[in-house]
Amino acid sequence: MAETEERLRRTMMFVPGNNPAMVKDAGIYGADSIMFDLEDAVSMAEKDAARALVYEALKSQDYGNAELVVRINGDDTPYYHNDIKAMVKAGIDVIRLPKTETADMIKTLEADVLAAEKEFGREEGSTHLMAAIESAKGVLNAPAIAAASDRMIGIALSAEDYTTDMKTHRYPDGAELEFARNMVLHAARAAGIAAFDTVFTNMDDTEGFYRETRYIHQLGFDGKSLVNPRQIAMVNEVYQPTAKEIANAKNVINAIEEARIKGSGVISMNGQMVDRPVVLRAQRVMRLAKASHLVDEEGNTIEK
Amino acid sequence: MKNNVNRELPDDVMNALDYQPYQTTNIGNPDIQRVAPSVHVQTGDDKLVDSIEDVVKATVKDGMTISFHHHFRNGDFVFNKVMRVIIDAGIKNLTLAPSSLTGVMNDMVIEAIKAGTVANITSSGMRGSLGDFVSHGNLKNPVIFRSHGDRARAIEHGDIKIDVAFLGVPNADKLGNANGMDGKAVFGSLGYALMDAQYANKVVLLTDNLMPYPNTPASIKQTQVDYVVQVDQVGDPDKIGSGATRFTKDPKELKIASTVNDVIVNSPYFKDGFSFQTGSGGAALAVTRYLRQAMIDNKIKASFALGGITKPTTDLLNEGLIDRVMDVQDFDKGAADSMHTNPKQQEIDASWYADPDNKGAMVDQLDVVILSALEIDTKFNVNVMTGSDGVIRGAVGGHQDAATAKLTIISAPLVRGRIATVVPDVTTVVTPGDSIDVLVTEYGIAINPKRKDLQESLGHLAGVPVYTIDELQKMAAAKVGTPKPLEFTDRTVALVEYRDGSVIDAIHEVKD
Repeated sequence: MAETEERLRRTMMFVPGNNPAMVKDAGIYGADSIMFDLEDAVSMAEKDAARALVYEALKSQDYGNAELVVRINGDDTPYYHNDIKAMVKAGIDVIRLPKTETADMIKTLEADVLAAEKEFGREEGSTHLMAAIESAKGVLNAPAIAAASDRMIGIALSAEDYTTDMKTHRYPDGAELEFARNMVLHAARAAGIAAFDTVFTNMDDTEGFYRETRYIHQLGFDGKSLVNPRQIAMVNEVYQPTAKEIANAKNVINAIEEARIKGSGVISMNGQMVDRPVVLRAQRVMRLAKASHLVDEEGNTIEK
Repeated sequence: MKNNVNRELPDDVMNALDYQPYQTTNIGNPDIQRVAPSVHVQTGDDKLVDSIEDVVKATVKDGMTISFHHHFRNGDFVFNKVMRVIIDAGIKNLTLAPSSLTGVMNDMVIEAIKAGTVANITSSGMRGSLGDFVSHGNLKNPVIFRSHGDRARAIEHGDIKIDVAFLGVPNADKLGNANGMDGKAVFGSLGYALMDAQYANKVVLLTDNLMPYPNTPASIKQTQVDYVVQVDQVGDPDKIGSGATRFTKDPKELKIASTVNDVIVNSPYFKDGFSFQTGSGGAALAVTRYLRQAMIDNKIKASFALGGITKPTTDLLNEGLIDRVMDVQDFDKGAADSMHTNPKQQEIDASWYADPDNKGAMVDQLDVVILSALEIDTKFNVNVMTGSDGVIRGAVGGHQDAATAKLTIISAPLVRGRIATVVPDVTTVVTPGDSIDVLVTEYGIAINPKRKDLQESLGHLAGVPVYTIDELQKMAAAKVGTPKPLEFTDRTVALVEYRDGSVIDAIHEVKD
């Protein structure tokens, strides 16, 4: 796992790397992660132009606190190495490898990224990685892929290619993705990294989007890949903790603080010992509450 | 000479036209003498004339001032029909004083200028080929741009003395009782045309729908009308609506609109009985949608909505969330139809709407307004008139007038394409920064430092970053760079009046 402090990754917004207006505006929507796409969104003729555009944007634009991700072209394309070099040089946070099927692909990427870090004088290990799982083979190898490198921060399911590989297509109830979702999620959790659910492309089906987002939230995904900024608020709404969850989390946080002041190694609340999972969940609830503007930086409830 | 927004004004033109430089947004309480039109007494059975040729022959002479309204917008047939006849009649040196000029009139105006038919223009604005034509110095005398409220003031003062008003209406009877609500080419409120009907020496109605006498409800009355001309078609119904009633799906516009809503809802003015004005256009309509939800959630109702009206606003009226709609023009058919069916949608004239020299105008009672900007500078001055190339491509509209609201919000993207919206100095000052309170962009808001109270109430909203206007300007410059300054000649092609009739800026010929 690349980080010790878990960061929120509710929303990973896809931005076509060949669209200057969208690249420029990508920071204004409050996405937790912004993923500039050099792969499927960009035609052959525009590959170099898109790479140059994203490079310049990363060097010149302010995207605030968002985690910046780039989806590079695969190593079976002539763009792969230039994509890696340009993005590492530009200081990208995360490189996302498409159509990942084996742990070796990640290991190769890791070596290529390390070489680029050395070439451009970037701190070694500072470029994180993530994998997109888009095939049956990738799903079955997901645990190894997720654990393939210390640089890995997450894996994502890409349902379009996967369902084609499975000789099916997407259905409203998502039954065709059940196994893959659970594999990807378990692989991520076992490796201690983030799990991203696939995109939902029908912008007119708001109800379907909410239904799918509630479902993957219930499963335990960190968040969802998005194709439209308008989906960000909807995902955040689903991930927003309830008032009761926040109140409970505050009590846990207070108990931790009390234990710290007392110098006690045991955290107790209402006379009962508080387990580590409870502490972790409380911290996550407070992070979500802050991100949803339900509490301020000090944890005080914001009156609406 | 320089005015109070630091604009260098051309002494020769200012002196020749006896203009004062802009001083202040404060109108004060002066005593005003209004003018009255001359009346040619009639007692006959009808005022029908057979053709536009006949009525032009009877009314229009060299050097006169003629007027039109722009309620048909780009569906207007009346302007071109009448101007064709006037040009062909060889009439010269007219002053053209319409409430505004729309794109469909451009070619005819250019032809009229070239033919010497039109020598002077006063308008709310102009766009496209006409703006280009004027900006390149092709009209000898400077155009005078006036806001809707200022036009009403100028007419009442006699600064604009209309000799003949040609007013297209979708219905009229033989003596001139007419409204904008019935017929094929309906546009709803006749707000701007009511000034012409009341103050022009000769009033000519043109209609394609002659109604039995007496035609009611009558917005224009037979007491004001000299002639009624029947024509084939006054306008194209499909092009009257701005077509803006669809809600935007543009995520950036939605982001700005939702922030505008946050600003309104958290301001001291969002309380039961508040009043507001939004324009047309995607973002403004989206604001109305967000505002509707906020009003329902907070159990707040508005006492009135004002200005140019769209269907989303009349929907709120019909839902009971707004008590009255005070309607000077309708931007779409839905709003126009609603005026017909809902007695709480009151037609108001431009004077009632926004004339500063008044015994009380509606804008004086306005709490919140959302306005747009082509440019806004670090002094909060707004340009809605000239483009980034210095060419005339806009209109004052009600911008200066409505900006007198208690909370004036400018909603605009930080940059458009590769052009900054927030700039060190606007190309043309139309609305002075003193009347602007908050700028909302997709990156965050800036609050006019003069509004300490708003700094307090809006300074710490969740998810709404607050910047100084200088910071926003620097952000914009960092994104798109600093353009080479525009080049103009010394020639003045237009003056922009402030609503009190002083001059807020001069527009110069562009150097290509």
